[in-house]
Amino acid sequence: MKYVDEYRDQALVRSLASRMAKQIDRPLRFMEVCGTHTMNIFRFGLRSLFPTSLQVVSGPGCPVCVTAAADIDACIAAAECQNVITATFGDLVRVPGSRGSLAESRARGARVEIIYSPIDALELARENPDKLVVFLGIGFETTVPTVAAAIAQAATLKLENFCVLSLHKVMPPIFARLLDGEHQLDGLLCPGHVATIVGRKAFEPVAADYNLPCVISGFEPVDIMQALVQLTQLVVRQEAKVVNAYPRAVAEHGNISAWQVVNKVFQPVDADWRGMGTVKNSGLAIRDAYAHFDASQRLDLEVETFHLPPSGCRCGDVICGRCQPLDCAHFGDSCTPQNPLGPCMVSSEGSCAAYYRYGEH
Amino acid sequence: MDCITLDHGSGGLAARELVQEVFLSRLNNPLLAPLEDSAVLPVAAGRLAFTTDSYVVDPLFFPGGDIGALAINGTVNDLAMRGATPLGLSLGLIIEEGLPLAVLERVADSLATAAKKAGVMVVTGDTKVVPRGAADKLFINTAGVGSIATGIEISPLQVQVGDGIILSGTMADHGITVLAERENLGFSDRLQSDTAALNRLVLSLLDCFPADIHALRDPTRGGVATTLCEIALAAGTSMEIKEEDIPLDRTVSTVCEILGIDPFFLANEGKCLLFVAPAVEAAVLAELYRHPEGERAKLIGRVTGHDAGRVVLHTVVGGQRLMTPLTGDPLPRIC
Repeated sequence: MKYVDEYRDQALVRSLASRMAKQIDRPLRFMEVCGTHTMNIFRFGLRSLFPTSLQVVSGPGCPVCVTAAADIDACIAAAECQNVITATFGDLVRVPGSRGSLAESRARGARVEIIYSPIDALELARENPDKLVVFLGIGFETTVPTVAAAIAQAATLKLENFCVLSLHKVMPPIFARLLDGEHQLDGLLCPGHVATIVGRKAFEPVAADYNLPCVISGFEPVDIMQALVQLTQLVVRQEAKVVNAYPRAVAEHGNISAWQVVNKVFQPVDADWRGMGTVKNSGLAIRDAYAHFDASQRLDLEVETFHLPPSGCRCGDVICGRCQPLDCAHFGDSCTPQNPLGPCMVSSEGSCAAYYRYGEH
Repeated sequence: MDCITLDHGSGGLAARELVQEVFLSRLNNPLLAPLEDSAVLPVAAGRLAFTTDSYVVDPLFFPGGDIGALAINGTVNDLAMRGATPLGLSLGLIIEEGLPLAVLERVADSLATAAKKAGVMVVTGDTKVVPRGAADKLFINTAGVGSIATGIEISPLQVQVGDGIILSGTMADHGITVLAERENLGFSDRLQSDTAALNRLVLSLLDCFPADIHALRDPTRGGVATTLCEIALAAGTSMEIKEEDIPLDRTVSTVCEILGIDPFFLANEGKCLLFVAPAVEAAVLAELYRHPEGERAKLIGRVTGHDAGRVVLHTVVGGQRLMTPLTGDPLPRIC
């Protein structure tokens, strides 16, 4: 498969691994902040090829995992409203909030439809004119432009029965929260998908303010290994700058027209992150001009949130890289993909699910 | 009459007409024809294999097959995986009121074609009709009885350290085809289910290598990964698999990449995993290549030790990781 096979070349991956091993002169700790990085590192067995002195931890890169339990409760409240069809990406369906999951709501009779694109939700609204279709908007910069486009299209079509519960989050503000504390990180493997939208320059303040080398990485094994080699080089040379190791997708200023659509529909808002509390300007709310498409304005989603988080669940620490999945007492025992306590075990991009699925237990 | 009504499940005249016109006309054989309460099968001395499976696939028709072909092939394959020769199948249908008769006839045609191709007889059957909404279009159950020849012992318990692991053809074709069809992903012209009966293939292999084929399993729901883990656990052994040796159709692998789905977890309906003594690996592969169902077979790995349930995958880029069984069900109603 073109553009895939050449990035899975065994000899190249091995030679990059040995270059990395030669460069490293002390134990290093890197963080990746993208669910696809988490999964591909496991899926291709890259951890077995890393030098033993290199530790790569997963940060808050899985959008489902960083969603606060209270927000999951709001999703469930929306699903249980009269005359509503909830449209969602599949990952969210089994995530437990403080009072059950969407899967449980569906079993009790709520209509929850799994879709692959926000545009499919528009189709659902057109096919069901007597129902209100609520799309659960969860995701980072990568996902937001298509949701913004769907809302703009709904406005053009005057589609009355479509709205979005916007729980979207943006990446740059969360780095400040992560790095303000004691983090013990030597470098950051930056998310190629987010960078495709926001551009290389958006990460410059992270490198400058926190004196932290950053490399933007693609997702194939050669991409990841090459980015790690470059990150190691920056660390060894003590250069705190942002290198774009994914130039076939990422431009200096990102996808400007995509971000213009986002700005037209959304505005920055403070957002709650699981394990990190409220982070200033880290979320996106629907602008007043599009209030008709804002589920939080059209439905009463105020719900009382019970015990938080589930007792002993360390998803909050896992998301911040403060602990590894295996450090959690529940992992693989009272928390499995079939019976998850926290979102990191549910989402296909969650660290705990990756550890579980690829056998690190 | 152009659709099924509750009368067709009443046990009265309409029901009898339905059975005779739709099913008996297509599936007729001396054991089925009397339409008595039970079929009576002659039994030789020895052992019987007995299996059952229900089919609820949505959509009913998909590229390469349909619910009828699945219902015959799936049960025939379950018998074949124990080394049994099918003696007869039962056929039970639960039909939703309002199903177009043409749909039922098309499924009956397919049942008859698949049974003929596999050389098996449907010897007894039942139809029920339920009110609209109480079932989705059509559900089928088939059960099968087969005889096992003396000396044939096919079971994970027979797996030995050193055994070669052969996959009889490309993986994930069925799962990805049904998913693409259901979600209207637009690859239909290039994807095809692999549904096929494997009994002739298996019996010819057992004729040649009665003692050296140790275990057989068709990797249906849960895919190759789940099946390997189940056998490793049941056999009390560990295995090593080489990803680059796994036969995988290019379009299937492309669609899996686009959707982010791991083909190791996708269902197959016309493939089997064979655990064979190392001495006969090459000869087993040569025999597989003589059959259309086995022409893309490959040796994909080996049973390596006694660490029960441990399956190590050597990835395409030279890394290693464990394989684990599927958890949850990302693709319900795949067969």
